[in-house]
Amino acid sequence: MAGKRDVDEATNTQTTGHEWDGIKELDTPMPRWWLWSLYATIVWGVIYLFLMPAWPLINGATPGLLGYSSRGAVERDIAEAEAVNAPLDAQLMSVDIASIAEDPDMLRYAIAGGGAVFRNNCSQCHGAGGQGALGGYPNLVDDDWLWGGTTEEIYQTVTHGIRYEADPDTRFSQMPAFGDILEADEIAGLAEYVLSLSGADHDADLAAAHQQTFIDNCSACHGEDGTGMRDQGAPNLTDGIWLYGGDRDTIVATITNARYGIMPAFQNRLTDAEIRKVAVYVHGLGGGE
Amino acid sequence: MTSTSETPPPLFAAREPIFPRRVSGKFRTLKWWILGVTLAIYYITPWIRWDRGPSLPDQAVLVDLANRRFYFFFIEIWPQEFYFVAGLLIMAGLGLFLFTSALGRVWCGYTCPQTVWTDLFILVERWIEGDRNARVRLWNAPWDAKKIRLRAIKWSVWLLIAVATGGAWVFYFADAPTLLGEILTGRAPAVAYLSVATLTATTFTFGGFMREQVCIYMCPWPRIQGAMMDEQTLTVAYRDWRGEPRGKHRKAAGAEQLGDCIDCNACVNVCPMGIDIRDGQQLACITCALCIDACDDVMEKVNKPRGLIDYITLADGERERAGGQDAPVWKRILRPRVILYFVLWSAIGLGLLAALFLRTDVAFSIEPVRNPVNVVLSDGSVRNAYELRLRNMTGFDRAFRLSVESPDPVALTLEGVDGLDVSVPADATYRQRVYLTAPTGSAAGAGALTDLDLVLEDTNTGQVVREGTVFHGTGE
Repeated sequence: MAGKRDVDEATNTQTTGHEWDGIKELDTPMPRWWLWSLYATIVWGVIYLFLMPAWPLINGATPGLLGYSSRGAVERDIAEAEAVNAPLDAQLMSVDIASIAEDPDMLRYAIAGGGAVFRNNCSQCHGAGGQGALGGYPNLVDDDWLWGGTTEEIYQTVTHGIRYEADPDTRFSQMPAFGDILEADEIAGLAEYVLSLSGADHDADLAAAHQQTFIDNCSACHGEDGTGMRDQGAPNLTDGIWLYGGDRDTIVATITNARYGIMPAFQNRLTDAEIRKVAVYVHGLGGGE
Repeated sequence: MTSTSETPPPLFAAREPIFPRRVSGKFRTLKWWILGVTLAIYYITPWIRWDRGPSLPDQAVLVDLANRRFYFFFIEIWPQEFYFVAGLLIMAGLGLFLFTSALGRVWCGYTCPQTVWTDLFILVERWIEGDRNARVRLWNAPWDAKKIRLRAIKWSVWLLIAVATGGAWVFYFADAPTLLGEILTGRAPAVAYLSVATLTATTFTFGGFMREQVCIYMCPWPRIQGAMMDEQTLTVAYRDWRGEPRGKHRKAAGAEQLGDCIDCNACVNVCPMGIDIRDGQQLACITCALCIDACDDVMEKVNKPRGLIDYITLADGERERAGGQDAPVWKRILRPRVILYFVLWSAIGLGLLAALFLRTDVAFSIEPVRNPVNVVLSDGSVRNAYELRLRNMTGFDRAFRLSVESPDPVALTLEGVDGLDVSVPADATYRQRVYLTAPTGSAAGAGALTDLDLVLEDTNTGQVVREGTVFHGTGE
């Protein structure tokens, strides 16, 4: 075979000598410009090595003459987005909170930005849709509010938190643990009365017998009629919405041990503009007052 | 059939320069027309104006990437209607299959931009440097003042065409008069200059220097066509049974045994691909039919019948060689695969047309909020939330009233809006959160799922669009 090459007669082209079922592979020469474009890509590759981060080192890579980094590109994008948003934020800060919703553009901006803030900072406890969770994480979608559901009140709550002792302006109240104050049978009777307030199944005699116990111990915060008091963050006991559960055992446990739900203040974590946005967003979830 | 040779083949081969000679004839005339029409469409289209009202652009054909709109005369496509574009692309693909199975490589030979611009560049070349023989002489001439001058003029004209080509492209993506002004004054976005520069460079090199190399080495379409062609495919072929043995010397002894081919090389000289069609069907042939014109011209001069080189199928070639007749033209074209491609192509086209004329100018979509699916309010009523999207696809503002049609009564309220009226600006999407509330103990509130309709009524025209959705009660 050495030196001997097949030539295909039809095309007058040499073959590679490879044959499949009588079909031979032509050894057509590559176009020379193709070779030049290969060289061009090699040259470009070498230039690129010096222009862009390429050579791996122990802690990262060579920065490249152009100083490009994908992290830097993201930072630039973020800075650009913030620059675009800056005038909107300034506008957001210049009006009072309740009137943000009056300007459709600002409202749309606040809801979009507030949604992002909510998902990053609030959804861990309140749920991605604001539906809350049984066990002390209030539902933000319903119409029942402990501390008030206007945009200003939500703004106040987010800024200073609830029972967040590091913030002197935090919303504060404390329910006493009645296990130390009342006897077990009194607490059981009180629970029946509380059940009766929202129309749940209850022992009517026991409930009636402990109405006075409720008035003596609970009405200071929950009101004589049990509809709660927002200044104290005291829940309305007459509706069907429960923060920790509305069954008999849970109510007994709540009265006995009390509850002390804490929400952190966000004024040091979020900018004022972000808090305004998230307040508008939460207000728009369906429960806003 | 192989023989052997001692020399190893070269690994790389330089491009053989090609100097196509001027030719005239019916196919050349047809090609000039196609060249003129396609180039005119390409260059003029972005400048056609179309009045759509004050808030929409007045460019007839516009791909508005920034605002996510595509305008084509009276049609406006929104991003969610991208299936129109997908459908058109599928039609374009099937159209190529259809033409290939019916008429062979007709796309390559007549309408491919590479062919059209190469034709234009060769025309310029001929005007400046002369016809084939002059160009061959110039190619072989040393680089004297005349050659440099001619080359400089030619390349300058090519460059102008290339810039115009790249320039026309960007006008499809922005308001053409505005962008032209911006480009000329240096205020256009960088991407515009980059696009013009890229397309200028490709047009200049592909049309001026790469030419047939693009078809032979770079384009994937001939490879696909190779799989689509068969013995029934119309192709440009040389009737070797009539032409062979070829010979120049008609007055020499034994000339009466010669075939019709006088070996004048006219077919080779006019070929833009630089091939000899008499070698038989080959990959490089784009079936531009210029050799047919050239040969017919010669055949008339020597008083032989035309058609020594002609559009025929391989099967017809076999039949003719055996002394038979060509199959009738309709039989070549009306083949099952042609009919299949045509049916698919036209079905998609009709489907797109139906979709175009049946679509409403207001799109109304309802997305139930699933997180949470429902919420029980303090009075025990059950509320569902929905995200509404209203797309006003007209050029004027519109006012709508929402209502609900449900088997069990539910109350409709809108977030942040008193009442049930909303207005949607021209050419805009309006998002609105709405609530449906079922009273305590109602069938919808206590049940599992209730099907209902939201109804959108244009308060001016009375046009009604309804969209079904479900209400999630608290029941299982």
